[in-house]
Amino acid sequence: MINIDASRLDHKTVNDLLRNANGDCTVTGCCGQRFIAAGLSDKRVAIEGVPGNALGAYLNGASITVNSNAQDAVGDTMNNGSIIVRGNVGDAAGYAMRGGKIMVKGNAGYRAGIHMKQYREKIPVMIIGGSAGSFLGEYQAGGIIIVLGLDGGKRIVGNFPCTGMHGGKMFLRSDCAGIKFPQQVTARRALDGDLNEIRGLLSEYCRIFGFDFEGVISSVFTVVTPDGNNPYKQMYVAN
Amino acid sequence: MSKGVHFDARGLCTKMNAFSAFYPERLKRFMKKEGQIRIPSGCAIAAVISRDGKKMTGESITEAMRPMHDRSNGLGGGFAAYGIYPQYRDFYAFHMFFDSRDTRKQCESFLAERFEIVHSEIIPTRKIPAITDEPIIWRYFVAPLKSAVSSMQVDEKEFVARAVMKINTGLKGAYIFSSGKNMGAFKAVGYPEDVGLFYRLDEYEGYSWTAHGRYPTNTPGWWGGAHPFTLLDYSVVHNGEISSYDANRRFIEMFGYKCTLQTDTEVITYILDYLVRVQGLTLGEAASVIAAPFWSTIESKTDLEDKLKHIYLRTVFPSLLVTGPFSIVLGFTGGLMALNDRLKLRSMVVGEKGDRVYVSSEEAAIRVMEPDAENIYAPAGGEPVIIKVKDGVRV
Repeated sequence: MINIDASRLDHKTVNDLLRNANGDCTVTGCCGQRFIAAGLSDKRVAIEGVPGNALGAYLNGASITVNSNAQDAVGDTMNNGSIIVRGNVGDAAGYAMRGGKIMVKGNAGYRAGIHMKQYREKIPVMIIGGSAGSFLGEYQAGGIIIVLGLDGGKRIVGNFPCTGMHGGKMFLRSDCAGIKFPQQVTARRALDGDLNEIRGLLSEYCRIFGFDFEGVISSVFTVVTPDGNNPYKQMYVAN
Repeated sequence: MSKGVHFDARGLCTKMNAFSAFYPERLKRFMKKEGQIRIPSGCAIAAVISRDGKKMTGESITEAMRPMHDRSNGLGGGFAAYGIYPQYRDFYAFHMFFDSRDTRKQCESFLAERFEIVHSEIIPTRKIPAITDEPIIWRYFVAPLKSAVSSMQVDEKEFVARAVMKINTGLKGAYIFSSGKNMGAFKAVGYPEDVGLFYRLDEYEGYSWTAHGRYPTNTPGWWGGAHPFTLLDYSVVHNGEISSYDANRRFIEMFGYKCTLQTDTEVITYILDYLVRVQGLTLGEAASVIAAPFWSTIESKTDLEDKLKHIYLRTVFPSLLVTGPFSIVLGFTGGLMALNDRLKLRSMVVGEKGDRVYVSSEEAAIRVMEPDAENIYAPAGGEPVIIKVKDGVRV
């Protein structure tokens, strides 16, 4: 493991060191440096401290682990690989993500999974252990978003989830009573067949963070998909 | 903002960029000041307050702006500090920019007709290469003349606010950028971490600090346009770009405020002064006016009293709804309020440790001020976070 001490280094220097390193890296003393591991395809990166915005942007196969919280736009447009965050993530996590996995132990801010997409075998996945803010899966065009609400008590998602959703799937570990979904999506109780699709993913998630898989899966899930007969028309303006 | 002005500004800026490459010195004279040109901006904000009213120097908040360096572009940085002038706590502290000695003399005679000036001095600065072209920067500790206040038939604060408006709109080359009691704003063209050094903020002690780094996409580069914007003891630092500027401005100007700088932050400052000081709303109510929930969200509220209150506020003050992205920190005597727009189009996190509460655009800045900060969370859009110094602590 190669150690990169990021304290007092700017984001360009940190990323140059990461790219040029021959092997897996630990970045310590991280404090707000942006774009860490952007576009990286070939190594494991462990991060100590708080990485800056756009962590793992355009990630192309590398795997990143963060032991604290991460800021905004985690995995922006990532293509492949994995990002594991043991704390919370900020707004717009998985922005326009097109492949790979983002797994968050804690909560996500606003607009998680905004404009996620998929193409053939490339199906991005984002799993949030706690709750998600408003506009979860805004304009979602593909991929799978799962929110588990494991911290209990808190509402699993804020206002306006799935606004503009027109592809992909969302699973919320809740009966979603009192949560208003837009007209162009169908939200219904997930059946065994639906859950089979995410069993493998959840089992991997639980293994990583040490949760009890049976306890997680044996709960009510709501599955949300776009309704092809009633497509998305507008949210903000009529044009 | 009007589209016409926006496009004119862009065209002009493109020409100016080409021009400046060859004639940097001539450009300075050619450049427009704040208020003559409208420029959209992004930004970084941070704040810290001690609930026990304990004093801290400006060093830590200055350092906190470093990891957010890339959110600014060097064209504006500033700070507001509360509790820094205890020896003059009963006097309004005017921080002023002047373009010349003559303007200063003119302004001083204007002030002398309305105020008793108990102390005046140059605001001490450090010469550093990163900050250049500074105007003349002074501060005045003043008390309004009772006779002048009574002849105008207004209360003292209104009198002071009107005097500030009068100088900022009427006296060319003079600008009051801070006018509260026992508080002060410090701002300049430059990166915030340099601005903090420039103003020697390590030598001030306050119980509450706010900070701002500015990222206008292009700028006339005048010091008055940096944040915070202040009026009396209210100060606002703002990250965002509001789209309701003109609607808000037209409304607020009916009540004597003059938006001289075409910046959205200025109008937010006046709106908050109007709602809280003039109309007597609570901070939470003021937040519900400027970041009003969607009608559908109000409709789904189960607490009937809360629901009716929101309907009332949206109905009475529709022109003060601020739309478009913003995250702001409002500073006032004895407290701070942090607020995001209702769609939360800008980031903001809050954390705490002991008696201190921290607010910032990025968690990294909080970790610089307090590596062991706890309970870090991101408030929802339109959800105000109000932190006050404990009752009984003199601030």
